[in-house]
Amino acid sequence: MEAVYLTFVFMLAIFLGFELISKVPSTLHTPLMSGSNAISGITLIGAMASLQTDAHGFAALLGTLAVAFAAVNVVGGYLVTDRMLEMFKKKDKTEGGGK
Amino acid sequence: MNLFINFVYVISAALFIVGLKMLGSPATARRGNQLSALGMFIAIVVTLLAAGLDYKWIILGIILGSAVGAYAAFKVQMTEMPEMVALFNGFGGLASLLLAWSEYHQQIETSLFIAIVTFLSALIGGVTFSGSMVAFGKLSGKITQKPVLFKGQHMVNGAILAAVLLAALIFCLNPGSGFGYFLFILIVLVAIGFGVTSTIPIGGADMPVVIALLNSYSGLAACAAGFVISNKLLIVAGALVGASGIILTNIMCKAMNRSLANVLFSGFGSGVAAKSGDAAAQGEVRPASAEDVYYMLESADSVVFVPGYGLAVAQAQHVVRELGELLEKNDTQVSYAIHPVAGRMPGHMNVLLAEANVPYDQLIEMDDINLRMDSVDVCVVIGANDVVNPAALNDASSPIYGMPIIETHRARTVIVLKRSMNPGFAGIENALFFNDNTRMYFGDAKESIQALVAQFKSS
Repeated sequence: MEAVYLTFVFMLAIFLGFELISKVPSTLHTPLMSGSNAISGITLIGAMASLQTDAHGFAALLGTLAVAFAAVNVVGGYLVTDRMLEMFKKKDKTEGGGK
Repeated sequence: MNLFINFVYVISAALFIVGLKMLGSPATARRGNQLSALGMFIAIVVTLLAAGLDYKWIILGIILGSAVGAYAAFKVQMTEMPEMVALFNGFGGLASLLLAWSEYHQQIETSLFIAIVTFLSALIGGVTFSGSMVAFGKLSGKITQKPVLFKGQHMVNGAILAAVLLAALIFCLNPGSGFGYFLFILIVLVAIGFGVTSTIPIGGADMPVVIALLNSYSGLAACAAGFVISNKLLIVAGALVGASGIILTNIMCKAMNRSLANVLFSGFGSGVAAKSGDAAAQGEVRPASAEDVYYMLESADSVVFVPGYGLAVAQAQHVVRELGELLEKNDTQVSYAIHPVAGRMPGHMNVLLAEANVPYDQLIEMDDINLRMDSVDVCVVIGANDVVNPAALNDASSPIYGMPIIETHRARTVIVLKRSMNPGFAGIENALFFNDNTRMYFGDAKESIQALVAQFKSS
């Protein structure tokens, strides 16, 4: 039953995703992509949970690598998205202030 | 404790959803991204509370990964954004592959369902990883941007895919043996190989589609990994990303009037296309000097800049903004027309111009600018080619026929900044360059614009 339940969650999330994103102005395509890319680094928490104390040797190595790569994805993705969006923002303010 | 952790995951999922929603509007986008980051942060913290974790490896991995990620995020130039996104995508895919592998390694006796999702994680993760690495190589110029084609490529790819599915079938029926493990390794290797062979035939200008698609894959890989470890947060977050990637892919394909299959398999712009489409465009080119261009701009009431990938290559966004400001001081109405696939990733030009502090109400989408193109005095095309090629409208034999373009040829005057007369990525001659109302202003985009800025300042 677990499999059915998980598939159900998956199906609903996919449809929710389509509804959420369907109208994004092209100005924001890049931040949307890098921001959602950071979310896909959610694998990080799975990788963390896989590193149990009874995971030794090769399994621990695989888990650690998974944590490291996912962390690059999460940290890098969010920071770079924020950096981009800050530029969108900043300019908005100077515009408002200038007029 | 597990119950508590899972409840917090629900909160994280809600923050991701609200965050993505807010990313859809310029006013709320930054907050949205921060909310989504907050959701990620509390998910990470609460995961640390689970019993029996081996903290030393977790902390080592997090510190290493965060340091690399933060360094890259602060260092990257805005013009290098496409390859950065490709790289991060690839790492996400790789993490999902490694997670599935680690789970399988710890417990090779699994149910059929777990075996199937383990295989899917490895396959999607592997393809995402190596596909993204090839995209990264192409975008950063480490490997050729031209499509790499060889005879029977589709056959080879088809054979690879068939082999991996066959291996998967045997693996899923019998994962808990030494042979099953061998097949799993084989699947991982073949998936990585398939990512390379399926991305390498895709040319540089089609990269917006590829990056959006790989973005979707990285989400689906996380999703599959979520099935492996029965983690609903991975499934929800991965599915959201998968869906958003598919939508972006679709938008990009529409903007090129091509199907996804055509982008992925046709090897567009490989030079075969160069022969067709030369029927229309011939004639005399009218070059212009900096001074000529200056007088045209100086007397114009409205100027529209049309940037393309060449703007990014020349890093000319700042000088363009400077020229735009000078023009505005001269009481000229200035706007920037952005084609959805200009550049190498969705929204590439918007990011560059935002970096240069161009106000985003001056950035006009293709359909809106086309409506008032007839009243535009001067269009300045900077490093764009195929997205302004009128052959897309009126030459049925052209490979880009049917693609929506920015109709600069309808403006009173068009100034095209270009290095030389080489045809663009698609290898198609551009009739625009030979039009009566077109002036070619040859040279490096940045230097050319700097020369104009100097003219304005000295007058």
